[in-house]
Amino acid sequence: MFRLIFGVLLGVFATSAAIAQDLQSILQTHQEEVTKPGRRSVGVVLDDLVASGLPEAAPFLEKWQDKEVYLRDTDGLFFYLSDDETEIVDITSGVAVGPADDLTQIKPNGGVRRSIGTALVQFQLSDPDINRRRGAIEAIARDMQASQLEPLMASIDGETDPNLKAVKERLVGMMRASFGETAEDRVAAIEGMAGDLSVDVRAVLNQILATKRHVATELPEDQNIAAVLQPGADLPMEDAYDILVATELAQPRTTQDQIKAALTANIIEGRVGGRAIASLDTYEARATAYRALAADGTVAPLVGDDQVQAVLAEHVIFEVYVEKDVTITDAALVSLEALQTRIALNQSADLFLDGLSLASIYFLAAIGLAITFGVMGVINMAHGEFIMMGAYTGFVVQQFIPNYTVSIIVALPLAFLITFGAGVLMERTVIRRLYHRPLETLLATFGISIVLQQLAKNIFGTQARPLTSPEWLDGALVFNDIVAISYIRIAIFVLALIFLCLILFILKRTRLGLEVRAVTQNPRMAASMGINPDQINMMTFGLGSGIAGIAGVAIGLYAKVTSEMGADYIVQSFMTVVVGGVGNVWGTLAGAGMIGGLQKVIEWLNPSNTLAAQTYMILFIILFIQFRPKGIVALKGRAAGD
Amino acid sequence: MSSLLEMSGVSVSFDGFKAINNLSFQIAEPEMRAVIGPNGAGKTTFMDIVTGKTRPDTGQVLFGEMNLSLVGMSESQISRAGIGRKFQKPTVFEAQSVRDNLAMALRNPRGPFDVLIFRGSRKDANRIDEIADQVGLVDQLSRTSGELSHGQKQWLEIGMLLAQDPRLLLVDEPAAGMTPAEREKTTDILIQAATTRSVVVVEHDMEFVRRLNCKVTVLNEGSVLAEGTLDHVTKTPEVIDVYLGR
Amino acid sequence: MERTFVARNPSVLWFLLGLAGFTVLITILSEATGSGVISTSFVKTLGKTLMLCLVAIAMDVVWGYCGILSLGHFAFFGIGGYAVGMWLMYARTKEIVVDNLANAVIPATEAEINNAIGIQIFGVVGSSEFPAIWVFSDSLFLQLLAVVLVPGLLALVFGWLAFRSRVTGVYLSILTQAMTLALALYLFQNDSGLRGNNGLSGLQNIPGLGHLSQAQISIGFFWASALALGGGYPLFAWVLDGKMGSVIKAIRDDEARVRFLGYHVESYKLFVFTLTAMVAGIAGALYYPQAGIINPAEIAPIASIYLAVWVAIGGRGRLYGAVLGAVFVSLASSWFTGGGAPDINLGFYVIRWTDWWLVLLGLSFVAVTLFFPGGIGSLFDKLARRTS
Repeated sequence: MFRLIFGVLLGVFATSAAIAQDLQSILQTHQEEVTKPGRRSVGVVLDDLVASGLPEAAPFLEKWQDKEVYLRDTDGLFFYLSDDETEIVDITSGVAVGPADDLTQIKPNGGVRRSIGTALVQFQLSDPDINRRRGAIEAIARDMQASQLEPLMASIDGETDPNLKAVKERLVGMMRASFGETAEDRVAAIEGMAGDLSVDVRAVLNQILATKRHVATELPEDQNIAAVLQPGADLPMEDAYDILVATELAQPRTTQDQIKAALTANIIEGRVGGRAIASLDTYEARATAYRALAADGTVAPLVGDDQVQAVLAEHVIFEVYVEKDVTITDAALVSLEALQTRIALNQSADLFLDGLSLASIYFLAAIGLAITFGVMGVINMAHGEFIMMGAYTGFVVQQFIPNYTVSIIVALPLAFLITFGAGVLMERTVIRRLYHRPLETLLATFGISIVLQQLAKNIFGTQARPLTSPEWLDGALVFNDIVAISYIRIAIFVLALIFLCLILFILKRTRLGLEVRAVTQNPRMAASMGINPDQINMMTFGLGSGIAGIAGVAIGLYAKVTSEMGADYIVQSFMTVVVGGVGNVWGTLAGAGMIGGLQKVIEWLNPSNTLAAQTYMILFIILFIQFRPKGIVALKGRAAGD
Repeated sequence: MSSLLEMSGVSVSFDGFKAINNLSFQIAEPEMRAVIGPNGAGKTTFMDIVTGKTRPDTGQVLFGEMNLSLVGMSESQISRAGIGRKFQKPTVFEAQSVRDNLAMALRNPRGPFDVLIFRGSRKDANRIDEIADQVGLVDQLSRTSGELSHGQKQWLEIGMLLAQDPRLLLVDEPAAGMTPAEREKTTDILIQAATTRSVVVVEHDMEFVRRLNCKVTVLNEGSVLAEGTLDHVTKTPEVIDVYLGR
Repeated sequence: MERTFVARNPSVLWFLLGLAGFTVLITILSEATGSGVISTSFVKTLGKTLMLCLVAIAMDVVWGYCGILSLGHFAFFGIGGYAVGMWLMYARTKEIVVDNLANAVIPATEAEINNAIGIQIFGVVGSSEFPAIWVFSDSLFLQLLAVVLVPGLLALVFGWLAFRSRVTGVYLSILTQAMTLALALYLFQNDSGLRGNNGLSGLQNIPGLGHLSQAQISIGFFWASALALGGGYPLFAWVLDGKMGSVIKAIRDDEARVRFLGYHVESYKLFVFTLTAMVAGIAGALYYPQAGIINPAEIAPIASIYLAVWVAIGGRGRLYGAVLGAVFVSLASSWFTGGGAPDINLGFYVIRWTDWWLVLLGLSFVAVTLFFPGGIGSLFDKLARRTS
């Protein structure tokens, strides 16, 4: 009891004494440790400095760390140097106090500087400047150390910024998982992390679950074993044996190259190991000859596959958790597994967003095609080139209007007008003459697409042209470390949505739409009711082409603008139309959704290979058409016009 | 006299519209039958069902002594089973000669490899001449069929039907767009054909039907309204209603 | 009435005579067997053109006669090239490898030879293992069989799927285009087993014929190409003669009507589609050894569309039209893009044909489709009609 009271009293005294002292006097008490700090000895100084709570302690630590503290040999006091290095500066007041004479620079070694840095972090954690606090936390998160846990916890109560407080608490949780004092403490922390999807939490858990590979003749009882590896099943025989060789438990295998070299080195009069060289054209023959050499003692004995098998059978290869405590690794496993499920869910969400944005691109690219195909039964192979024209329109506009936002706002309607004009021109000069000859239309429009592509190449060159998006479209909407979507894609999605509504509105609510539908269903009847089918066809074609132009601007924002970009979208667009069902806006939507989604799913299943994903998708579509030849949303009965 | 074709309880609808509603129909062999009815009565759909172009929602279609079910068979299978069809619009292969058109229709093996090695025999040539004579196209055999007159195309198509040697012939408005003389000849060809096989003629023109002088089936709204001689059905009040009433 | 085959198809005789005369002429003028007026590379160009004629004929049969606008026949052409290229590359590399290893002190084992070949061939795609599809590459006979069987089988399966679900017209064209695209994309991958976008190269070196000069090899391939074309033309003329031709043309003009005549239309289409695919494969197998290299870009959908362009310009529905189109367009193309055509100086702008040839081709193609559906071939028809 007495001793306890004494201890407390001593503590109080010591603290108050420290408060009473100024920086220089604290340093003087530890002059030896400050001047020639060692990794161990420096701790005392740092503890006292931290405990002192002096505002000038932190700058001192920074200077100390940066080797900017000097010892005056005459009186053993510490000083800084002035900027021009002619005068000495008092470490408390920062005032120049005399000429820079008789000084010794203090050069702490790397280990000490790190320790100083750690101590500094503790100051910074409570720094009034929020940016410094944030910097300190980021520094800790980058490289977590057990020593930082305590100061971090201590700084939480005083934290005024709620966001930063949350970050600190999360960091504490992660650090407790790794550095908590008791197993229970760590397990609790680990369990608390199960709901956090961020990459660093997974890193912490994986670090706790880090394993090392070991080899032994018997499986040890006293270790926290993660897995036993079966050679041949869990790892290749060769690799397993190489582990044994690496731990010097086995002789290296004699490779075929070594056998060959040994045989070559020991040829005597065209024979080696009792065999003619010419007969050594199989591995078996070579092994026999080598064994003969080994029997003579000329070369080291052959370690072949049978030896490898035998040695492997005598050993067990296993992985051991670096963490010794089973309860902790178990808790980490459970948490990680719980995380995996949530990660899978979030990945699905992310995949869904990816698919959605791809679908909206396909929708934009295909809807113009769907309109012309559905209403006129005309396949426009130059549709892709209209997309390209739209994108180049955007590029040209940006050459004249430097403001990206304004330029995009100008480019969208301009692209519509230009491609609308091109579409109308094409309808009047070519397509009108080829009605009821759909295959010829396909080919003629293909001819036009060759011309347009080559013209673009002649005008703009072959290299990709940038179409820069406005700044407010940079970056991404981040939900967590897994689910994120770039603003451009959101913008394209919104654009697709607007066009869906607009087209539905035009088709269902306007006079033009009514006439278009009438011509689609029965051109002769429509004509007899005073609708001019030529006019309608021209408008429809123009509309479809105009939308392609707008799609071009949108696509150009996130993909490169080249003369061949149209060709990249044309097949997908056709697929979208065909899969969705011809002549139906909803069909195109469904088709775009299916193709976009499917492509993302296949890419996800086989992430290394987008080419293969497209191959499989096309195969799927060919099969799909077997079951629904008329697409997802099919017109039935006589209207289908078979 | 057993029936060659027997349809019972056949219904089919397009997007909710009942084109054929519980239709039952029989025809004997040989027999000539005229099917009449107003527009939209289901005459063409009736033919589509028999020839396999449209699959009925319910009901069955049986053909021949073996009671072969035609539902689910393809157009070409049904054709090979012995049912020929002539379309309303003359559809002959205009790029090819009259002889080639008839040769294609002749009753011979229809598989691609049979056709590949097929080289016309004397018998086939005679048969073509015979049919050409029957439909009055002997002098036109070498001409490209696209050059024929409208009536001649109709006859060529009937000739192609005869060359198929079907047991049941479905003829859709054969007299449309013909001159009176051509009609007369068409009537003769059909009556001649009906002596050895069953012929169903779908027709608008009452005068033409009267000349065929056969049993008449009146269709309306996808089912049979009346059946019997022309005089009989034209006196039936329902038929008068349908044709004149509205 | 019973006229002979030649009497019914006068173009066959004229074509064969012309081809024979041409072959003799080239033989006389070539470097290897004649005066050397024509360079070896031009002999190769001519030999390749003959094979383009053959694939164009196949395209004409499937499109001009049967009405299936296939945008996949150049893919079959390419598959033929790949099939023969695999043997050429394997056997040739093996020759070199065995040659190199012959000087080794200890004779090489089978595995060592194979490994060395593997590294030689697949080093560019970072692999040395032989992919499964190379299993027959050491057998010329089996690879030659593959030249016909692989395109045939692919056409059979694809055609069966497409025709049975009654996909016709532009839908079918798009579907064949998709098939072609899928194939090209697949081949573009490095792990396709066919060296990704590097393709197969060095095909002009014929294994076992190292002692022959390229001039001799080129004239040999020219003869082989002439023979193939001389066989293909009458073959298709025979197929299209008589009743088969009637049915095929009838399917083009009115598929439904043919069905009501009792013909199983799908079988006929499948027959034509598959047969032409196989012939396209043969044409490709003779083309690519003369070109020396094949890569997936050759198979891209655009190539098949160009094939349709040739046939359209030449005049479809006539076998000689396809030949005319292929010869005319491919020679014109090499004349314009090869710098043969003089630039046109407009004062303010110089038209360089290397840049403007495609524009010209595209425009003339549109013009042909709009105004001369019969193509160049229709001019011949008019001539023939006037003389008779």
